[in-house]
Amino acid sequence: MTKPKPWLSLSGIGVFAVLLLAVAPLVLTDHWLNNLGKYCCWAIAAVGIGLAWGRGGMLVMGQGVFFALGAYSMAMHLTLETAGDRVPGFMVLYDPLAPLPAFWEPFRSTAFTLLAIVLLPVVLAGVLGYALFKRGVKGAYFAILSQALAVALATLISSTIRETGGDTGLSDFKYFFGFVLNDPANKVMVYLIAAALLVMCLLAVWQLYRSRFGELLVATRDAEERVRFLGYDPANVKLVAFVFSALMASIGGAMFVPIVGIITPAEIGAAASILMIAGVAFGGRASLFGPALGAMAVGWGQSSLGSTWPESWTYILGLLFIVVILFLPNGLSSLPARFARTRRSAAQQPAPAIATAELEGVRS
Amino acid sequence: MTDASLVVTNLRVEFSGFVAVSGVSFDAHPGEVRFLIGPNGAGKTTCIDAITGLVRATGSARLGEKELLGQQVHRIVRLGVGRTFQTASVFEELTVLQNLDIAAGRHRTPASLLRARRGTDASIEQALEETGLTGELATPAGILSHGQKQWLEIAMLLVQDAKVLLLDEPVAGMSHDERAATGDLVQRIAAKRIVLVVEHDMDFMRRFATRVTVLHQGKVLSQGTVAEVQADPQVQEVYLGTADAIAVGTPNRTEV
Repeated sequence: MTKPKPWLSLSGIGVFAVLLLAVAPLVLTDHWLNNLGKYCCWAIAAVGIGLAWGRGGMLVMGQGVFFALGAYSMAMHLTLETAGDRVPGFMVLYDPLAPLPAFWEPFRSTAFTLLAIVLLPVVLAGVLGYALFKRGVKGAYFAILSQALAVALATLISSTIRETGGDTGLSDFKYFFGFVLNDPANKVMVYLIAAALLVMCLLAVWQLYRSRFGELLVATRDAEERVRFLGYDPANVKLVAFVFSALMASIGGAMFVPIVGIITPAEIGAAASILMIAGVAFGGRASLFGPALGAMAVGWGQSSLGSTWPESWTYILGLLFIVVILFLPNGLSSLPARFARTRRSAAQQPAPAIATAELEGVRS
Repeated sequence: MTDASLVVTNLRVEFSGFVAVSGVSFDAHPGEVRFLIGPNGAGKTTCIDAITGLVRATGSARLGEKELLGQQVHRIVRLGVGRTFQTASVFEELTVLQNLDIAAGRHRTPASLLRARRGTDASIEQALEETGLTGELATPAGILSHGQKQWLEIAMLLVQDAKVLLLDEPVAGMSHDERAATGDLVQRIAAKRIVLVVEHDMDFMRRFATRVTVLHQGKVLSQGTVAEVQADPQVQEVYLGTADAIAVGTPNRTEV
């Protein structure tokens, strides 16, 4: 494996952090800073997908499920914070005397909400991954199953309009853990939290990729049976990567809510899950920066090109994918390495000719 | 390293009605190079698959006091049984060092897995020297020569501290010199370990085998030293007959 020096990638993360945390708030308008915050949330989920899919070979087509766990935990807390002692507005709409559903109650607590954002995806991915990987479910079956879960969860939320807001989703949050969300300064703060979390996720996978676990994960991806014959249980290796990726999706979802101000089933269903995967494929699934940058690029395309040409944007996106997958199967981040390789082989071209000439010289 | 022996008794493997191996018994001890030979489809590889938990089998395969049959693949490995495959299967995208480091890793704690590797384990250096791969430390395994890949696999067994090494056709496709080097390597390794070699190559067997078991159609045909086995009229008959058998072809079973 041609591997860039770890310190080089680390300084890359440093540059990225400076750009996101220091430069972006100074040069971008409020509107674009908020958009960038949204892309950061997708990028956090994408970093996890890069870990599970790029390095672990698990095509996680339903990360929307874990994105939803974080997003709805956060949204429920913010809704309750906004409603104060009363029952949230949308519930009263259907039945003015309705009590708050029991599962909403604990989300009044800040600590419980934060814990839920971390623990819910870890537990669900842990149980799901254990059941699937121990039975050797992989490849297309795993992908279809995870996708089906995202569809099922989106349908469940759509159909429980009284408890979850249904297709309209949860929105109109006024406070974020005591901070007024309309205040521009607080908006910058929320953005900075999301950006900082993205940098932390990048640091986490940087360490994972350079660790022995990272090597073992690649080995498991490429030859699962062989890993078994070295005394490891590959199911455990994959489980760890899957749980990490679920956690990252959940964190991305949780920050998405205060930044965008609304969460609906459309943001977590099949299409949204595929769009997350698409960004990762576009950027380069096995590289460190590829997934994050790819997700941010797709996000940017959606809000800029998508608003200029709403009809043709999906075609542009589709065309981009065909081109990238045809000519750069490892994503845009493989472009520099490929460029360097062609240059090197071009430089080496004359060498064999000289060698043959020398050989002939020796013979004669 | 160990005094325990590998004792296989009355091994039987059935693939949905087709009996691949039946009533096979043999043993292998540290200090000898044990060979398992036989014509195509005789059940040699199936025996190894059964011992390593890849296929279900009845009977018994004991390493010292411990029964191997019925255990999960990775648990059998943890008891000290390692194997190679007919087609060298190394992690092609990883370097030689990374391959060996993963092989050496099953004793490591989860916490140490999350750290980066610093330096090279002593066992890895030793295995590199033993297999002559010291110069290839940073080479991606995918671009090693065929022979070097097989040696890397053997080196992986050494660092994983296997007490039993099951080598499935280790010299297939190797040059004459590589065969000799592999034979010497196998003999050196076998001094302290149990080594069982499945092979087609009769010259290689004659040069390096201590004891031989001949399988034919899933049964033991003959057992003993090279000279004893060669003198066995049954073996001669089977091996003279193989030319026909190969010409007709026995497509009912492909070797794993």
